Amino acid sequence: MGWISPFKLNQLGMLNMNRRNVDYIARYNSRSSYPMVDNKLKTKLVVAEYDVRTPKLLQIVRQQHEISHFREMAEDLDGFAIKPAKGSGGKGITVITGRDDDEYIKASGSRVSSSHLERHLSNILAGLYSLAGTPDVAIVENLVESIPELAKYSFQGVPDIRIVVFQGYPVMAMLRLATKASDGKANLHQGAVGVGLNIANGRSLNAVQFNRPITLHPDTGLALENLLIDDWQEMLVMASRCYEATGLGYMGVDLVVDVNEGPLLLELNARPGLAIQMANGRGLLPRLRQIEALRRTHFTPEERAAFAMDTFTSQI
Amino acid sequence: MSRSRIPFFFAILLLIAAGISIAIWRHVELGIPWFTGEQKPVWMVEARVDFDGTGEPVLASLNIPDQPPQFRIISEQAASPGYGFSIVDDSGERRAEWSKRNVSGPQTLYFKVQLIPDDRALGSQPKRPPKPEPVFWEEPQATAVEELLQQAAERSSTPESMTRELIKLLQPDQGAQNTTLLVSEANYIDLLTRMLNHAGIPARTADGLALEDARRRQQLRPFLQIYDGARWLTFNPRTAEQGLPEHVLLWRQAAASLLDIVGGDNSDVSFSMLRQTIPALQLAQAQSSENGLGFLSLYQLPIEEQSMFRMLLLLPLGALVVAFMRIVVGIRTSGTFMPILIAVAFVQTTLIPGLIAFISVVAIGLLMRGYLSSLNLLLVSRISALIILVIFITAGLSIAGYQMGFNTGMTVTFFPMVIIAWTIERMSILWEEEGAREVFVQGAGSLFVAVCAFLIMSAPLASHLTFNFPELHFVVLGIILLMGQYTGYKLTELRRFYPMKAYS
Repeated sequence: MGWISPFKLNQLGMLNMNRRNVDYIARYNSRSSYPMVDNKLKTKLVVAEYDVRTPKLLQIVRQQHEISHFREMAEDLDGFAIKPAKGSGGKGITVITGRDDDEYIKASGSRVSSSHLERHLSNILAGLYSLAGTPDVAIVENLVESIPELAKYSFQGVPDIRIVVFQGYPVMAMLRLATKASDGKANLHQGAVGVGLNIANGRSLNAVQFNRPITLHPDTGLALENLLIDDWQEMLVMASRCYEATGLGYMGVDLVVDVNEGPLLLELNARPGLAIQMANGRGLLPRLRQIEALRRTHFTPEERAAFAMDTFTSQI
Repeated sequence: MSRSRIPFFFAILLLIAAGISIAIWRHVELGIPWFTGEQKPVWMVEARVDFDGTGEPVLASLNIPDQPPQFRIISEQAASPGYGFSIVDDSGERRAEWSKRNVSGPQTLYFKVQLIPDDRALGSQPKRPPKPEPVFWEEPQATAVEELLQQAAERSSTPESMTRELIKLLQPDQGAQNTTLLVSEANYIDLLTRMLNHAGIPARTADGLALEDARRRQQLRPFLQIYDGARWLTFNPRTAEQGLPEHVLLWRQAAASLLDIVGGDNSDVSFSMLRQTIPALQLAQAQSSENGLGFLSLYQLPIEEQSMFRMLLLLPLGALVVAFMRIVVGIRTSGTFMPILIAVAFVQTTLIPGLIAFISVVAIGLLMRGYLSSLNLLLVSRISALIILVIFITAGLSIAGYQMGFNTGMTVTFFPMVIIAWTIERMSILWEEEGAREVFVQGAGSLFVAVCAFLIMSAPLASHLTFNFPELHFVVLGIILLMGQYTGYKLTELRRFYPMKAYS
């Protein structure tokens, strides 16, 4: 791997970390809105008021003694996900896909006992996964079952769609597919595949793994070209609504498509990563500057999504 | 956007300019050197007073230098066992006074003064302008004096030129009759002074000492001083050369007498001198208490606090290194400022033993942490247990090192235990979640930044500048604030985004 000159990166309009932090996150994201996105429980409650649906909430574990209720609740369930409310980057998320007598089957296929899950819950409460190590709350959610059209691309794990929303306008999107290397997680830096999506129509552009372009999924072997996301406009509108809900000017919206419920919001991120640019093969800066230059912004999420679909074709 | 940043950049500029200019100011005023090990010449002059006691109470009073031109006094000291001693400042003249009740036989008193050459020292200024002393002459001198003064006045325009002309006229080789009538070898300088006073120019004699390295038994040389309305000007009474020659110390200026002894006879003063060099820094420290700028420096603090500040003032440099490495280079470290604390520990342990100790403590800690994680403990008690384990490990390493004959094993105790415990905890979680590779990337990144910070912090120049010029931290602060505004690409991003080359 070689080096690229900063002038060339500038020419491509690549947003870099320092500029993202100073010119976008610090300027457009008010500190007071952070708890809303850093806490998944608060996110769920806030976006619900704006007609953005999230996976169904099954249980909230706030105190150590409430862990004992978890076993009773989990008795009748086949699949669920345990998440730390203040976790970041998918840390501390345990996905249970089924049961085998007393044991639970994780998404990776390994089996764990209920005492293992209780220990995990107690770790979450102690703040092991929370951003600053502060005490946390565990939430138990309904298991998301991805639609087969997308699920087939992913090695285990649920494929999710990351949309970067700037001042309410969806500016760039990618599909994230878990791989063997990423251990069923959809995190790009752990080795998940990122597939850039054309904002205009939800069609795939190019794909990267570990920052290198690929054409086939390394584990499933499926071609990643000509992949198309259904209900694309609806998803863009959903992402756009999150702007009204949180007031965050620059954020990443993570969506999944459930086989029963349709598009659901998984989580919001006030510090979305930069790898999305590699997956799209283009920089964010020209698009962000175009939004910043708008004299009059659009009022409704529908208008903004439509504007983005018209403007951000694969050329820009 | 761009408008709101102008005051910010202006403030940064002011901050940096203030830091640098205070440093330069203190360098010039206090003479604090920019580099370590700079040497400055110092003259050590010793006046030796000899006299014979007559069995009566003795009071010996020696005139001592008071703001001599071209020199600065840095210390004064008297050595004379059995005598009471004090320095008396009596109506503008400073005198060293020795006293003793019963004195008989030959006596010797010493007075030592340390001086540094300083071109900017102009000498003392009289509070009130002196007036010429009235002089009376008897005939036939009166006529001769009048004539000589007339001649000199005709050839001159200012008090200085008048003085020069008069000195020339009084030289014996001029052969003038009036001169031979007036001048004798014994009264020459006295005569000159009186004539100038008679002409309305305030004049006096001063005694100078020519400084030459390692000379003993030197005597004072008379100089002529006249007052030109602003300050005292010095002339060579024989050659009429104006100004004080280099390396001449005016020992006596305002005082009427050099030495007064009550209760003794056969008195004599002689001088010996030595040229020494002392570190410029020591000199500056010695002077800082006298100088008005001294309050800005840390030299006034007790030594113990000073050594603590020496360490503390290095931390901003470490912060600067960390900020640079993270913002501009883009090296990932585990814990933002953990590398600084490690670097501080390295300063105590020195680099190689420190690195070995740190890596072994963390490695052993990671192994033990693996067992702790299977115990299903709450976070707080797990960290607490880890802290205790880290202390066991360091104690074990110290003892093992000592038994094997490595004293360096002991230095492991300089590491901050709680920080190491947290580092182990974070590394362990990182290992479980992101894999061993990320642990090595972040661990190596932290150590690399720590070593860089250590190399800068342990440089003698760095600790010299940070401690002696604390105001330079304004500059460090300004640079760190400026880096907070850096929105360009990090060095590592040029590599990370390399695949984008395909799309350009």
